[in-house]
Amino acid sequence: MLHGWVIATGSFAYLGLLFAIAYYGDKRADAGRSLIARPSVYALSLAVYCTTWTFYGSVGRAASTGIGFLPIYLGPTLMAGLWWFVMRKMIRISKVQRITSIADFIASRYGKSQSLGGLVTVIAVVGIIPYISLQLKAVSNSFSILLHYPAIVMPAKVAAQPLWQDSALYIAMILAAFTILFGTRHLDATERHEGMVAAIAFESIVKLLAFLAVGVFVTFGIYNGVGDVFSRAEGVPKLQALMTISSSASSSYGNWWSLTFLSMLSIMFLPRQFQIAVVENVNEKHLGRAIWLFPLYLLLINVFVLPIALGGMMHFPDGTVDADTFVLTLPMAEQQEWLALFVFIGGLSAATGMVIVETIALSTMVCNDLVMPALLRMPWLRLHERSDLSELLLAIRRWAIVGILLLGYVYFRAAGEAYALVGIGLISFAAVAQFAPAIFGAIYWKGGTRNGAMAGLLAGFAVWAYTLLLPSFAKSGWLPAEFVTDGLFGVTLLKPQQLFGLTGLDEITHSLFWSMLANIGCYIGFSLATRAGVAETSQATLFVDALRRSENIGGIPGSRIWRGSAHVHDLLPLISRFLGPDKARESFSDFARRRGVASIEALQADADLVNYAETLLAGAIGSASARVMVASVVQEEPLGVDEVMNILDEASQMRAYSRQLEQKSRQLEDATAELRAANERLKELDRMKDDFMSTVTHELRTPLASIRAFSEILLDDPKTRLHDRERFLGIIVKETERLTRLINQMLDLAKIESGNAEWHATEVDVRAVIDEAVEASGQAAGQLFRDKAVQFDVQQPVTVPPVMVDRDRLMQVVLNLLSNAVKFCADSQGRVAVRLQQQGAALRVDVQDNGPGIDPKDYAMIFERFRQVGDTLTGKPQGTGLGLPISRQIIEHFGGRLWVESAAGQGATFSFTLPLETAARA
Amino acid sequence: MTTLTATGQRLAAIFLLGCVLLNYPILDLFNKPVEVFSIPLLYLYVFSVWTVLIGLLAYVIESRSGDRRQ
Repeated sequence: MLHGWVIATGSFAYLGLLFAIAYYGDKRADAGRSLIARPSVYALSLAVYCTTWTFYGSVGRAASTGIGFLPIYLGPTLMAGLWWFVMRKMIRISKVQRITSIADFIASRYGKSQSLGGLVTVIAVVGIIPYISLQLKAVSNSFSILLHYPAIVMPAKVAAQPLWQDSALYIAMILAAFTILFGTRHLDATERHEGMVAAIAFESIVKLLAFLAVGVFVTFGIYNGVGDVFSRAEGVPKLQALMTISSSASSSYGNWWSLTFLSMLSIMFLPRQFQIAVVENVNEKHLGRAIWLFPLYLLLINVFVLPIALGGMMHFPDGTVDADTFVLTLPMAEQQEWLALFVFIGGLSAATGMVIVETIALSTMVCNDLVMPALLRMPWLRLHERSDLSELLLAIRRWAIVGILLLGYVYFRAAGEAYALVGIGLISFAAVAQFAPAIFGAIYWKGGTRNGAMAGLLAGFAVWAYTLLLPSFAKSGWLPAEFVTDGLFGVTLLKPQQLFGLTGLDEITHSLFWSMLANIGCYIGFSLATRAGVAETSQATLFVDALRRSENIGGIPGSRIWRGSAHVHDLLPLISRFLGPDKARESFSDFARRRGVASIEALQADADLVNYAETLLAGAIGSASARVMVASVVQEEPLGVDEVMNILDEASQMRAYSRQLEQKSRQLEDATAELRAANERLKELDRMKDDFMSTVTHELRTPLASIRAFSEILLDDPKTRLHDRERFLGIIVKETERLTRLINQMLDLAKIESGNAEWHATEVDVRAVIDEAVEASGQAAGQLFRDKAVQFDVQQPVTVPPVMVDRDRLMQVVLNLLSNAVKFCADSQGRVAVRLQQQGAALRVDVQDNGPGIDPKDYAMIFERFRQVGDTLTGKPQGTGLGLPISRQIIEHFGGRLWVESAAGQGATFSFTLPLETAARA
Repeated sequence: MTTLTATGQRLAAIFLLGCVLLNYPILDLFNKPVEVFSIPLLYLYVFSVWTVLIGLLAYVIESRSGDRRQ
């Protein structure tokens, strides 16, 4: 009943169904009602991880190593726990930077390096080809087996079949056509294919149901439950060994650990996984559900692997049937046609899912990171001048898809028989594991540089090729077998699977060890040894700090380090060339609206616009090429590394703060110094006050002592002669007068100094004052100094402007100066000269005597309280010593100055000034 | 580095737990030719641990998104 055409029709019907789902999904996406914006759909789409390797190969591996098939699925389960950190960061970065592939991710991080993107693409393509051929092998084998129903015939050796009879070739071509239809109908700026994701999610369900169906059938249909299968298997000694992990090289703990590790890396870095998990991700929040739903899927699809394997081993005991085919041959053996067809469809599902996504991802990388950069470097193509490049890009991608699938077929014909399915797949896992150091460094280590990544990738890839890829060719006869057995050029240490004498490891663990050593060592070593460029450093910050920056998915990321000049009318045509004029105008209008600008023409061509243009282009041709294209229309001024460092340097902020602090503390110091000085001054004044008090009391005590002494004499001796009595009483009277005068003057001085004196300012004619004072002094002189004939000489102009001063006080000053002059002028021929003149805005009065003069060193002293010149020599109390200080205070209060000029032996001249514009000082 | 939220810490802890339980040497403890309910001990152990890990992951994720409406 299962004729060839039934199978073929069924297959095409299924493929048609897939295509319809994809088409519908794209339609819904364009309408804005996305079919796949659900976390469960995202989680199911991740199950593209399960290919025919899972569907057929797991059973095959379980049949030879028992539970050794499982680490490939335990690894992703464990890794899911870390996705919260790693995957979220990668998704965030990719959304912000508009990353479209794994090569784009690495290239973008390390300074948008085109060479790095190209290298990653080459490694990815070379590494994944075996995996694709695995799918082809599985589909073609299962097809041929099913074709022979009801007989169970193993497919003939591949090499024996002529090319045109090889179903695998046709399958490859059909898959290529299907993939082109799926993924290259148009160019999307974000490289997202919603329809494809919907189809993949559907396929995951079909896979799971098919496998569960056959599992239930074998376990409960053929046998009586899980326990029955195992207990029956116990009876067979060969199978008993499968119940535990043996210590043979192919299933030891080392193997267990390295497979777990490899699958942990592959679940993220296989190009199809990156495409589905990161690029196609609709919403970062979907990751949460996927973290547990995806491992659950893996658990469910693996539950029946062991029962099927054991059942098959018991059903076909003599090894005629390949364990890889048990899922198909067991239903066939039991005449379950429709189940067998369903299983075949399930296997087809697994294969097509893998091929479509993987090939689309690879073709995107080939186009953006390998072909376009190469074409852009050929100026004779004049790509910059082409008006529409979108068709060219699509053509490149289609040819890439065809090329990749053909290469997969070639590898299948050449090497497909040397390995069981699982063995081929592991080679690919080990290849994509080489991306791990560069990517983990990209998102966690700002010190990772482009040179480091290049060196690490080259070293890792080289070691991988040497230890895994070439031996696989040797085992299928493409290279001489001695290469594996004896080493390169016969050097034992260079045996590709026992490098440098490291034995005892299975080939995967061995390769993993050496390639990781080389990769990580070179990555770290070269990163530390070289300096990063400017572009790299800014990208490093954007990547490593991605989760710390504010969410800005909608448009422009946090900071943009760029300097240059551009014009909108240069950028718009550039974008139009790649995305089409309508799409370009739409995007720019959107940008303008978001900026609050009226129209595209009014847009400023600043860093943000250039960045936006670059990200739009990156979606179509990859970020490295986008940068080149935009740079060609923009005059970019290179930033020096120092400038970038300054922009990024937070320490400069710290410096500003500390400068402020310094300033504040200096102000504080100044204030403290001022306070200290004020304190000193207060203490000084206090001391002066004490001096004053002691001097005053001394001055008061002297006359009081005389008065008391003479009074006591008079009292004690009643027989004192009248002459003496008169004399003593005279002294007493004079002393009391002196005392009174002293006290009055002291009070006066105190009042003036403390500002409590009363000043009555009136218009005063200084001439009149001087005349009056001279006359009074003359009389006084006559009275006081009988033996002195003093001649007064007055010179003053006819009129002088009046001054506003206190008349009595002015009189006091003049009288004081005159009486001093009289006291100290020469004994005979004493002359006192008084001169009044106007000097500018002031009046000046000079009082000159022809006495002994004053030594210049005593100038300051005579204006001090209680100090008189020569009072110790003459012995006669000539005055109180307060006259000059009081006069000075008075003159200074009027706004003038009082000073003395003299030379020894030539008399002294006391001068004072009175400003004419004296402010009224009450 | 990301801020280590409670959810992140718990998930990392589950990761470490899984690494320890599903690897040598703990794994070796159960590597005995013994049957429990007719199922070999090793298989029972691995699948049980696997189920428990998934359950823990689900619990941490869903209880987080339960209190904070996503």
